[in-house]
Amino acid sequence: MASRTQKLIALVAVALAVFFLGTPLAQSREGGAGPGRIVSLVPAITEMLFAIGAGPQVVAVSSYDEFPAEVKALPKVGALLDPDTERILALRPDLVVVYGSQSDLQTQLERAHLRTFSYRHGGIATTLGTIRDIGVATGHRKESSDLVSSLQARLDAVRDRVKGRTRPRVVLVFERQAGTLREVYASGGVGFLHEMLDVAGGTNVFADVARESVQPSIETLLARAPDVILEVRASGLIEKTGADDADAWSALSSVPAVKNRRVHLLRGDYLVVPGPRLAMATEAFARALHPETFK
Amino acid sequence: MITVDSAGADGTPLPRRIPRSSIRGRLTATLLGFGMVALATCALAPLVGTTPISLTRALDPAIPFEQNVDAQIFFVARLPRVLAGALVGSALAAAGVVFQAMLRNPLATPFTLGVSAGASLGAMLVIVFGGALTFGSFSTVPAASLAGAAAATAVVYWLATRHGHAISTSVLLLAGVTLNSFLSAIIMFVQYLADFAQVYRAARWIMGDLDIGGYDTLIASLPLVIAAFALFAWLPSSLNLLSVDKDAAAARGVDVPRAQRLAFFSASLATSAAVSLAGPIGFVGIVVPHLVRLLVGVDHRIVLPASALFGAAFLVACDLVARTILSPVEIPVGIVTAMIGGPFFLWLLVRKS
Repeated sequence: MASRTQKLIALVAVALAVFFLGTPLAQSREGGAGPGRIVSLVPAITEMLFAIGAGPQVVAVSSYDEFPAEVKALPKVGALLDPDTERILALRPDLVVVYGSQSDLQTQLERAHLRTFSYRHGGIATTLGTIRDIGVATGHRKESSDLVSSLQARLDAVRDRVKGRTRPRVVLVFERQAGTLREVYASGGVGFLHEMLDVAGGTNVFADVARESVQPSIETLLARAPDVILEVRASGLIEKTGADDADAWSALSSVPAVKNRRVHLLRGDYLVVPGPRLAMATEAFARALHPETFK
Repeated sequence: MITVDSAGADGTPLPRRIPRSSIRGRLTATLLGFGMVALATCALAPLVGTTPISLTRALDPAIPFEQNVDAQIFFVARLPRVLAGALVGSALAAAGVVFQAMLRNPLATPFTLGVSAGASLGAMLVIVFGGALTFGSFSTVPAASLAGAAAATAVVYWLATRHGHAISTSVLLLAGVTLNSFLSAIIMFVQYLADFAQVYRAARWIMGDLDIGGYDTLIASLPLVIAAFALFAWLPSSLNLLSVDKDAAAARGVDVPRAQRLAFFSASLATSAAVSLAGPIGFVGIVVPHLVRLLVGVDHRIVLPASALFGAAFLVACDLVARTILSPVEIPVGIVTAMIGGPFFLWLLVRKS
């Protein structure tokens, strides 16, 4: 009889302890500005988090994160193919941003009762929608909707500025073996690069290819005869390019872009990250395609 | 199944030494036949493509080259590609014949002894860790893959000749296969350190690509292939005997160590040149030799030149499919060689037996 009472008292004590210890935690989660500890495995989303003022909440990022400068001081917990689940769990995050294909990681994290935010690259609308969603998920609804409006306004401004101009036919190259025309990768007719090109007043020569990237043969490049060759190089991926690098195109002298010296090389990782800097990248595209309107 | 017995590379016993006079007629007939096929393929392939072009316009000297799209498609896009296909195809097919005979193993390919893995590692290191220095007309990736292939060849040779001056074919085979796996592990490690774009490029390089877009790399590899083929010319008679039995070959006056060395280095040279030009295009080096043997028998005096010719035709034809069938998207040529060559070879195998 006595032992049963003791057990009951112990049980109540444990329950009370859990309740009291648990309360402040639960309160901070609901009453504060959203999750206090965010791990982001997607560089584009890391940029969004910092742009909407959720930067101080970010406790770790992926090994590919380089922007903004604040992320350099943060712990790196793997990336798309090699997320370090143990370290992520050890950081006790309350929101983990994962890429859409990381379904195993997502399952693991959900089993540990961690909230996840899953994302996949898409077009401009996906980026803007994601900024809104991540704002809601992190308690920065106002900042994120302000950011979306300002990005939208900048994109509209670019579109207006190039309106009525002749739209050059463009090949947007984002990868190529240095010094040669081998392994050329260009934007197909799907995805944010294609859409940015469209806003910037260019017509993608590979708009008919329903893929994000296409590896055109030299014959295809000659046959499509682009007016402008726009090469983008993310600084993180730059090969040390020799002086003759752009000269590789001169082999295709019948291509109007080569004939009229309209091969443009743009550098910077902002050009290929579908995050808050996409308006800046679109402006850079427009400046290269329509120099006369940006004098 | 790996067979090392007293039979030819395809398992059938070899005929005794055939007198030279009786073979001459067969050789001429076979080479004429295969030569026609190769020539016809190489002549027709540049005329076909995703863009219709007019040959008269392409060859019209009145139109300046800078304005002549047809000429540029013909001379810049298609012709180098077809020539590269012919060169690589014949080098790989001939190297396959030599390795199969020398190792007395019908499963041997030009890539069995680690040459392609060495070449791939070289290419991978450049793709991943950058550096775009160009050595003369060679861009870095082909140069690095050539260096990798040479290093792998040297290591395998050193291992196989450590005990005595003759090559031990069993050590050569085991060392080559092990080196292949070892280098593949390093390749995976290097890829693991790389970022996405690089991993994708590296993976794409391994699938093979003949779209070289000019004659520079072609001209750079040409001396290597010519040297290899010049060495091949010494081989057929000794290969006939070597592929049966080393001791029998020695008894018939073949300088076995010398013949083996010659075979090993010439075939490695041909393979290295091919891989550095176009990546490790699979299947050519195993399917073509066997196909040719099924058609013309096992005498290497016929098989070797016939394979070289047929290899050229085969790869040029496969590349034609690769560049046209899904236009404007291309299929890597290595996928086409395997998808066309595999079933065709099996069909021929079943029909013949």
